[in-house]
Amino acid sequence: MAEGDQKSAKKKHGSRNPVLVRGIGRYSRSAMYAQAMCTLHWLVKLKVKPKATVVKTVGGDKNGGTRVVKLRKMPRYYPTEDVPRKLKSHGKKPFSQHKRKLRATITQGTVLILLTGRHRGKRVVFLKQLSSGLLLVTGPLALNRVPLRRAHQKFVIATNTKIDISGMKIPKTLNDAYFKKKKLRRPRHQEGEIFDTEKEKYQLTEQRKEDQKAVDSQLLPLIKKVPQMKGYLRSSFCLSNGVYPHKLVF
Amino acid sequence: MYKSLIGRVAYVSFGPHAGKLVAIVDVIDQNRALVDGPCTGVKRQSMPFKCMQLTDYVIKVPHSARQKFVRRAWEKAGVSDKWSQSSWAKKIEARQKRAKMSDFDRYKVMKAKRMRNKIIKHEVKKLQKEAAKK
Repeated sequence: MAEGDQKSAKKKHGSRNPVLVRGIGRYSRSAMYAQAMCTLHWLVKLKVKPKATVVKTVGGDKNGGTRVVKLRKMPRYYPTEDVPRKLKSHGKKPFSQHKRKLRATITQGTVLILLTGRHRGKRVVFLKQLSSGLLLVTGPLALNRVPLRRAHQKFVIATNTKIDISGMKIPKTLNDAYFKKKKLRRPRHQEGEIFDTEKEKYQLTEQRKEDQKAVDSQLLPLIKKVPQMKGYLRSSFCLSNGVYPHKLVF
Repeated sequence: MYKSLIGRVAYVSFGPHAGKLVAIVDVIDQNRALVDGPCTGVKRQSMPFKCMQLTDYVIKVPHSARQKFVRRAWEKAGVSDKWSQSSWAKKIEARQKRAKMSDFDRYKVMKAKRMRNKIIKHEVKKLQKEAAKK
């Protein structure tokens, strides 16, 4: 106590009233009160006020710089209430912890029809579902120029046609981080050259070519086994007169 | 008065027994008939005329004959076989197959049609050439 260190002052003291005989303390009530006030004044002098708040910085352009956060918050539950109050974030999980669903009709080796994107209408082979929920899909490249790519489940028609790819090994390195678009948006000049950022155009890397070859070399012989499958994957899907999607069996 | 109807085989076009053949065993009133299809899985029951389409086949049964005799007459006349060979039944089957076609099947059909048409056109061209020469 003599040092008046912040840390030691925060430590809780036991009773400062030594016991003389059971039930009788050394100091009276008023003496104890005076003692307590002394300690309080002493602590205040040292300006050891337990920290009540913390200042945290918040990111984001429009979000503002700092927030003041209380360290000891009001209790969320008083025993007089029936049920403890739930946090505002109750039941809301971040995207990485969401449950991923997959349509029952989409299984390994299913032929899918892509509906959006630059490869719309193309028939493509489904490999597996990635951890973000997107589907890993490949043309194969040699048949319809669709590389190893991600596709969204909702924008895809699953056909009944399946290729048996149970024997195929898909490299573990193909995951969401591998396919994520790279951003290089740091315009050094404000006015001119905003649209001249690098990586505007997608650059093919050697690694992608290798992975494509590794996967396709396993897929192509499996496709060749099924008669007419090769030509089927090369063709694209289209509607014509008298063809109604709600009446089609895919 | 309804002698021509009794024993006639009809095709049920809609309702719970759609697609099955039944024999008209008796006429109940203007709209309904007593109908039985022992060989096609239709229990003896009344059925409105509206949902029946008459076929060309007749089996020889007296009116209100028991199911046993309807079955006998049906098998004797070989109605089920005759029906499956008729073009009516074949068309129905083709329609069902076409509706069930998967995307892959449609592609295969397209390729087959194309090949067939190519051959036909080739032959036609050949004949035309010969006709032109003459």
